[in-house]
Amino acid sequence: NGWSLYFDGILYLLKQPECISLFSLSMFKLLIFYLSLQYAWDASEEYLFKAMVAFAMRRYSNKETTQISNVLLCNMTERVSFWFVVTDSARNVTTVPGSEVEAAIRMNRNRINSAFLLTDNTLQFLKISSTLSPPIEPTVPVWLVVFGVVLCLVVAGILLLVVSGIQQRKKNNHESAETGDLEDKSDTPVITENGIPCDILDLKAGQINGVYAADDERLTPL
Amino acid sequence: MEKPRPLWDNPLQFVFACISYAVGLGNVWRFPYLCQMYGGGGFLIPYLIMLIVEGMPLLYLELAVGQHMRQGSIGAWKIISPYLSGVGIASVVVSFFLSMYYNVINAWAFWYLFHSFQDPLPWASCPLNSNHTGYDEECTKTSSTQYFWYRKTLNISSSIEEYGSIQWEQAVCLILAWLVVYLCILRGTESTGKVVYVTASLPYLVLIIYLIRGLTLHGAVNGLIYMFTPKLEQLANPKTWINAATQIFFSLGLGFGSLIAFASYNEPNNNCERYAIIISLINSSTSIFASIVTFSIYGFKATFNYENCLNKVILLLTNVFDLEEGALTADNLDSMKDYLTSTYSNQYAELLPQIKNCSLEAELDTAVQGTGLAFIVYSEAIKNMEVSQLYSVLYFIMLLMLGIGSMLGNTAAILTPLTDSKFLSTHLPKEVISGIICFINCIVGLVFTLEAGNYWFDIFNDYAATLSLLLIVLVETIAVCYVYGLRRFEKDLLLMLGHKPNWYWKIMWAFVSPVLIISLFIFYLTDYIRTGTLQYQAWDATEGQLVTKDYPSYALAVIGLLVAASTMCIPLGALIIFLMKRLKKRSVSTLE
Repeated sequence: NGWSLYFDGILYLLKQPECISLFSLSMFKLLIFYLSLQYAWDASEEYLFKAMVAFAMRRYSNKETTQISNVLLCNMTERVSFWFVVTDSARNVTTVPGSEVEAAIRMNRNRINSAFLLTDNTLQFLKISSTLSPPIEPTVPVWLVVFGVVLCLVVAGILLLVVSGIQQRKKNNHESAETGDLEDKSDTPVITENGIPCDILDLKAGQINGVYAADDERLTPL
Repeated sequence: MEKPRPLWDNPLQFVFACISYAVGLGNVWRFPYLCQMYGGGGFLIPYLIMLIVEGMPLLYLELAVGQHMRQGSIGAWKIISPYLSGVGIASVVVSFFLSMYYNVINAWAFWYLFHSFQDPLPWASCPLNSNHTGYDEECTKTSSTQYFWYRKTLNISSSIEEYGSIQWEQAVCLILAWLVVYLCILRGTESTGKVVYVTASLPYLVLIIYLIRGLTLHGAVNGLIYMFTPKLEQLANPKTWINAATQIFFSLGLGFGSLIAFASYNEPNNNCERYAIIISLINSSTSIFASIVTFSIYGFKATFNYENCLNKVILLLTNVFDLEEGALTADNLDSMKDYLTSTYSNQYAELLPQIKNCSLEAELDTAVQGTGLAFIVYSEAIKNMEVSQLYSVLYFIMLLMLGIGSMLGNTAAILTPLTDSKFLSTHLPKEVISGIICFINCIVGLVFTLEAGNYWFDIFNDYAATLSLLLIVLVETIAVCYVYGLRRFEKDLLLMLGHKPNWYWKIMWAFVSPVLIISLFIFYLTDYIRTGTLQYQAWDATEGQLVTKDYPSYALAVIGLLVAASTMCIPLGALIIFLMKRLKKRSVSTLE
């Protein structure tokens, strides 16, 4: 059946002879999510990959000895996964130690990712833990800025209300001293209160008397 | 020369104030939890029955008392009977405790709101550990949203004994929250009346936006189906009915004195019967509305996590067995797993610990309430939406509006009796009294910003108001019906509204509600007694989850003090008045 064809890859049939001899701890497996590729994967892409690994090795060791031909790819599969290893041309047919390759790739991981328009999740190096880019920390935390703005607004509002309250009270005291004891002592819980405090009537001229203009609800039912 | 009592500018301000007070965080974070736990759509049956039997009558009673007596809670109960001034004082004490810890929630909402202006949201991903090789260990054990809540926001310690230090970030947010509350109550009803227009209506606007957004999210339907399928067998469980009654009771905010305070600023002939029915209906329908939103969000979050889990399993299997992409999908996963188990049993067995069984029901079943729902579950769902900053800002503004609206009611319950008392109002202006109250509450509230602060918060949340309120409302109902007299109360209502209350209200007030409250009271007491020592949930940073611990003895002492401080006011008040009267009689009789 069709499923068994897919599982042939499990028995890692190393078709290239050099891969068999170089199979060691310095070999790393690469996995690419085929479905996340925005382009078709072909031999040119493999070439680019070799170039990126060589670039990473050069950057890491600061020597310009690694050539594209030093990077070997083995066992390509359909879903774009393969093994690769970096050889050292100075010492023939030996591989660069896995730790160096790992460090080199980790250092330049984001460059490799962006060369392929992929991310840490879609381009996976098995056995290489990805360094995570630290989030950008702004110099002043954003929340403090917003907090400061809101705090200033609230304090300004409070001061405004307090000051205007004090001014109003001074005005009231001043005027009630002038007008004398004309205020109505209406605070009894009786329904005949018409709802308009009389001191407002004293201060403002031309106030509409709500008793006559009020709706029926204000009047006691007969 | 007395200044006339300040009034609401129009009845609408009164209604909005009551709605703003009653519709609070409990509607958003407690009701959906209860719905989920006690039978889904079937929970609506006991809920609505309790609303009609308990909620509306008690609300009408409190509004009528406040409107008729035209005083805050202390003065109003003094008028009903001098021996009952203890009830008013108990209400003020409970409101005081409530406002101490409730504003801390607003402080957290501010914190999250300010952090919502970052891109990406800070709770969207885990921070890195010190050498940048991986994510922070605690964060990997739990999720990034839980980490942000427990570590970055609360910086919680591992038990209540370890106080830690005051978290300055939380402390300044708390100070800001109190400044905002002070700004709103500064001028009394004049300023409160304007503020409640915003705090009552803005949450509905945000809920509507969230409803539209929530229903269009992928997987929302799963949550809604899960919630609304009625599990009618839960109706036989007595806890369902008890929780429905409790929810109605606390959701309306009865017994705190806030409703009495708000109603005392009314016109004497305001139709409080009509408004009582309207307010309780709006409160309950808001709960149901909010739970629709919550469950569509739940469904989205659960589906998202479920699909993530599936994708991880598919990825793992595809990598290990080198399958072609697209070979494994969500549909054929089970059959493929069987195939792999049979064909490659050894390798599959090695993988087995890493393969999780993904289940949508398990994701939906994680019922959460309280701060866990509001700050963890919702923020987790928000981080996965597009334009998450906008939704985050909207959501936390909504939480703030709900919280501040309730705070306005709480502070009104404390301030109205204080400003009513002649002694205080002649010596100190209103602004200074409000300022002193806010200042005291803020200083005490700093306790909740300690590293162990959240544990103290839970103590206050669970014990400060529950038992005391039941007792207060019970005494209130009995006082009005039997001490003051139902006939006298009927006459007062006739004077105010123009018609007597019909038989339904009278039966509810005189018999049904007291019986209901007594049974709730007995249930709570037996529950406390039966569970023996009280326990709490502590966050274990090494495990990344909550563990249960026992309260130490001083915490139990504080709990006892909280409950006693308010409940003892009632008998003590009666005793003191009784003694004072005896002394007066004796001094009068010795003079003769």
